[in-house]
Amino acid sequence: MATFNVHVTIENKPGISDPEGETILNDLVLKGNHSAVSKIKTAKMLKFTIKEKDKKSAKTTVQEICDELRIYNPMVSKVTIDVFDV
Amino acid sequence: MKVGVVVFPGSNCDRDMYHVLTDVFKFNAEYFWHEKGLPKNIDAVILPGGFSYGDRLRSGAIAAHSPIISDVRKMAEKGIPILGVCNGFQILVEAGLLPGALLKNTSLNFMCSWTNLIVENNKTPFTNKLKLHQKIPIPIANGEGRYYVDNDALKKLKKHNQIVFRYSEVINGSTDRIAGVCNEDGNVVGMMPHPERAAESAINPIDNKPSSLIFESLLDTIGVIH
Repeated sequence: MATFNVHVTIENKPGISDPEGETILNDLVLKGNHSAVSKIKTAKMLKFTIKEKDKKSAKTTVQEICDELRIYNPMVSKVTIDVFDV
Repeated sequence: MKVGVVVFPGSNCDRDMYHVLTDVFKFNAEYFWHEKGLPKNIDAVILPGGFSYGDRLRSGAIAAHSPIISDVRKMAEKGIPILGVCNGFQILVEAGLLPGALLKNTSLNFMCSWTNLIVENNKTPFTNKLKLHQKIPIPIANGEGRYYVDNDALKKLKKHNQIVFRYSEVINGSTDRIAGVCNEDGNVVGMMPHPERAAESAINPIDNKPSSLIFESLLDTIGVIH
């Protein structure tokens, strides 16, 4: 068994408005003259530390936890799971 | 005949709800802590507003896994009237007892103001004394009150007459101006506005009668006599 850091990023599905991201873009970044930026999306990240036999198992286990406990609402959100060695 | 008021850590409208139920409408009501079960002789259950678990993760997401929710689920399946107000609505949605999701208001503001609801379904245990399309002046107080369903789910809501209340105008970006919905059977109702803050003339400067009818509908449904 090894220890892994697993990052779970929860964000709105495409098509669902993200007023916080839009505000950061329009009222902060673009007003700060960073016109190269075209989009900002906010997300919530949960960082899990977990013992598993390998990276694949760590990802599978965390995905199962997210689904079982409804860590994200599948009606509006999607998750991206990234695994890192500690 | 007894109404259960469920109390979660962070509920803050439980006493308002209990007061209205008992002092104003003479229900026999009882608080139930979320870690307890519900007795079998409960005739209706109300999940009050507040900030269960400090809205951590997402409003209602953690309370939806409280032990009492399995009893609420069983009662919902039996057809017992269940009402979720504000955070109670969010909990019912997160528990999967009602469809959809509650997102941050489009303004990103915590909205605390009077608004008007329009009754869209007067066949539920909480709306049967209201007239269809009746206007209800009522306060809202929420940060995550923007009801969202996708197009397929919206079609399903309409098909099964599950939209119970709409806002009279666009206030927070809710899909189709939805302010309250019910399950397919109609016995589980969730609403973002606060009828317990509008059912008495002393605290309602506009018209307390429509909100009173929400509680009187329940009285009529479960047969409690004044």
